[in-house]
Amino acid sequence: MTPWPANAKHAAMTDLSHIRNFSIIAHIDHGKSTLADRIIQLCGNVSDREMKDQILDSMDIERERGITIKANTVRLEYKAKDGKQYVLNLIDTPGHVDFAYEVNRSLAACEGSLLVVDASQGVEAQTLANVYQAINNHHEIVPVLNKVDLPAAEPERVRQQIEDVIGIDASGAVPISAKTGIGVPDVLEAIVNLLPPPKGDATAPLKALLVDSWYDSYLGVVVLVRIIDGELKKGQRIKLMSTDAHYLVERVGVFRPKQEMRASLGPGEIGFFTGSIKQVADTRVGDTVTDEKRECVEALPGFKPAQPVVFAGFFPVDASKFEDLREAMGKLRLNDASFSYEMETSAALGFGFRCGFLGLLHLEIIRERIEREFNVDIITTAPSVIYHINMRDGTQMEMHNPADMPDVMQIDNIEEPWIEATILVPDEYLGTVLKLCEDRRGRQKQLTYAGSRAMVVYNLPLNEVVFDFYDRLKSVTRGYASFDYHITGYEQGDLVRMGILVNAEPVDALSMVVHRARAEQRGRVMCEKLKDLIPRHMFQIPIQASIGGKIVARETLSALRKDVTAKCYGGDISRKRKLLDKQKEGKKKMRQFGKVEIPQEAFIAALKMDEN
Amino acid sequence: MNTSGPGFGVYVHWPFCKAKCPYCDFNSHVRHGGVDAMDFAQGLAQELKYMRALCGPRTLDSVFFGGGTPSLMPPQAVDYVLRAIDELWGLGDLAEVTLEANPTSIEAENFKGYRAAGVNRVSVGVQALDDADLAKLGRQHSVEEALAAFRLARDIFPRVSFDLIYARPGQSLAAWQAELARALEEAAGHMSLYQLTIEPGTAYHDLFHAGKLTIPDDDHAAALFELTQEMTQAAGLRAYEVSNHALPGQESRHNLIYWRYGDYAGAGPGAHGRITTPEHKLALSTLKDPEGWRQAVAKQGHALVESNVLSACDQGFEYLIMGLRLTEGISLNRYARLTGQSIPKDRMAALVEEGMITHHDDMVAATPAGRRLLNALIARLAGI
Repeated sequence: MTPWPANAKHAAMTDLSHIRNFSIIAHIDHGKSTLADRIIQLCGNVSDREMKDQILDSMDIERERGITIKANTVRLEYKAKDGKQYVLNLIDTPGHVDFAYEVNRSLAACEGSLLVVDASQGVEAQTLANVYQAINNHHEIVPVLNKVDLPAAEPERVRQQIEDVIGIDASGAVPISAKTGIGVPDVLEAIVNLLPPPKGDATAPLKALLVDSWYDSYLGVVVLVRIIDGELKKGQRIKLMSTDAHYLVERVGVFRPKQEMRASLGPGEIGFFTGSIKQVADTRVGDTVTDEKRECVEALPGFKPAQPVVFAGFFPVDASKFEDLREAMGKLRLNDASFSYEMETSAALGFGFRCGFLGLLHLEIIRERIEREFNVDIITTAPSVIYHINMRDGTQMEMHNPADMPDVMQIDNIEEPWIEATILVPDEYLGTVLKLCEDRRGRQKQLTYAGSRAMVVYNLPLNEVVFDFYDRLKSVTRGYASFDYHITGYEQGDLVRMGILVNAEPVDALSMVVHRARAEQRGRVMCEKLKDLIPRHMFQIPIQASIGGKIVARETLSALRKDVTAKCYGGDISRKRKLLDKQKEGKKKMRQFGKVEIPQEAFIAALKMDEN
Repeated sequence: MNTSGPGFGVYVHWPFCKAKCPYCDFNSHVRHGGVDAMDFAQGLAQELKYMRALCGPRTLDSVFFGGGTPSLMPPQAVDYVLRAIDELWGLGDLAEVTLEANPTSIEAENFKGYRAAGVNRVSVGVQALDDADLAKLGRQHSVEEALAAFRLARDIFPRVSFDLIYARPGQSLAAWQAELARALEEAAGHMSLYQLTIEPGTAYHDLFHAGKLTIPDDDHAAALFELTQEMTQAAGLRAYEVSNHALPGQESRHNLIYWRYGDYAGAGPGAHGRITTPEHKLALSTLKDPEGWRQAVAKQGHALVESNVLSACDQGFEYLIMGLRLTEGISLNRYARLTGQSIPKDRMAALVEEGMITHHDDMVAATPAGRRLLNALIARLAGI
């Protein structure tokens, strides 16, 4: 039986009971992509020849890092044990805290979720955050215990933990091994039997949720939608309700996971359409798509737009590559509305861009894509958050870049963003985690235990987190802690701008805003790091950290003592000349500050300040 | 000494050694089955003929037999090659003819023969005055044997160089001071004193990178270098180059051709040359494998694998690299002629102010402080 004959009018409504829309919630490495691969294989959508690991993760970076960034969907056909043919729509969701916003909109398009938990690792903080989002979206949740075939697996303990920590019934949790395929057919049966079918009215005016959109070089802007009511047809004139933009629908289709064109989509279905939409920025995620002539009465509630919270400067290593960088930024922005940028000039680094990101992972991904896909080497400056600066004259300014800090005499006070962080950690590491949070000016809000794991909730200033909090957390807990956060608001802080001087020359790209109490230590770490990163010169080089003209930390890089070739005769000249040529090439990766050359690694290392 | 210009020299490479020393990265090969020396000498003569055609007639100031171990050459092979050179360019009485010699008793037996063939200078690789260190360096002679060979050379040849390697693993300042003092007593007008460096492709390189060999760090190496300058200066052996010291007039004329960036023709496996033709300055080098080299020479008269035109920029770099090694320094006019450009004045002024160079009229030279940091100094002058 083919459930959705393209020419059958309102066919969707009669078969709503045969649709299941679901997403998979899991922590990184708990096996989400592997399970998705198995489900796709079992439903026979992809031939063995086409099958590659993590089929839904289309970007190289997604595959390499085991993360999902863009929402990917696949429409599957499954014949259940009850003999009926079902349509299963899987929306894959990102698992990282930076992309909480994308998770939410994917969840809003489904009725249920599979909660995949590693049977040896247990529940993690991000899983927790995503499950609560799913519950907020009124999802039915089917727990799945993965990797039960591993010797370290403790399915019973983890089942109990799901009940204790999350507070949902886990008695029906499905034990599986996504890697070997054990238990995966049971997951498909659970989807059909336990998750509710979508509701909808095929005769009502078109109402569809705009889930995501991206730019495809063949199709132009592709819009992913979930139909709530009515029908979306090829040739239909539609309207995006929040922007009042009108378009003619040119193509309608579904992903299986390859694009397959359809005449229409009905209630409960998930698919895509294309129209004459010029850029991704013209479509707002969470918007309501309706019929131009027959509008739905009430728009969907929509989402708050994603706000960048971390800012950093990107500068081309080779100044002549500035235009290439500009082009790369433009192309990335086409597909990622949450990434923003504007031009910036630095005395030290020349022309570049100030960029806004959802978080540090987002920053790293964009940086890597620019270097890898567009072949432009870049210097990244220390990341910063948005500060609210209240001036004496009563005005307020938003500061994204420490270099823009106004004269201290004109500042009344500075406010910084704070977050609420949830950390789940095995109790043997609890002490080190609490110390880390206290060191970062944290305020404890909550501390609870579930089995051998502790859940800590802290309020922390975001500027203490953007540097290396996540790296430090991972290293002090040997990777066993998980972390999630959301911004709670702004608070006044005793914040100062710390500048770095190399051989008495200020290096603007290394300046940062820090809490006064932490300035000296930060300055010392930075000076020590630079001392290791800057090669010795023919003269001694002082490296200093200063606040408002006062030196708070100092290191001295001693002069080169000996650098001369012992033997150099007729046979050695070519070799020496080639070394000099090589040195000339390497020099492109250095930046000159007065008489001192600073290698680009120094700027990148400023991102990763190790406090020990 | 030819004072009208850098001069012209011929370099002859003898690639064979009895054993490979663990620190040496020169083109050297061990042939346990022996070597047909006269056949090889004929090959050298043949390749020299090709080089003569390339560079035209020249006033020959110097010939240098390097290696490998040229003191393993039978004197008649040396004689054969020198006769060929005399036919090609003319070998006057004033020309310097140097041969590198290892101070084993067997090789010392050849000294008289070399002198008869026309060699008038030997560079004796004593390397260390410590038997344990000599063994570690893979040398085939003891201190006593080396000193005996050196004294013999001193009696036979008009000019000799006493060569040592220092900054050896574990060498203290006091130990080097004692060793150098003893060497200065023996030396006769010229010393080459090289700091041990770890070169790719050597046994020491592997050991060093496996953490099994420690050499003096920069600070200690700098102190050893300073001590060397003081002691040789006090003995009247002026440092005329980074690692070479001589009484006035006793300098190696051949090596001065390299450092003054003059022309030289090279023959033998892996030999390099710099030859100025009416159109270009060429960088030349030959096949390194001895047997392959011999076959190529037999077939085509030469075994060149590289014959590159040096750009103005290349020549500028090379002149700085070589010329600044000398105490006398470089000529700014000559630099401008080679490159068509001048070194910016502010670049030089900064280095003068830092005490790294002196600048008088046309000449720029590294100060003792600058010579110790020569690689960094050259890069700065070259604008890198």
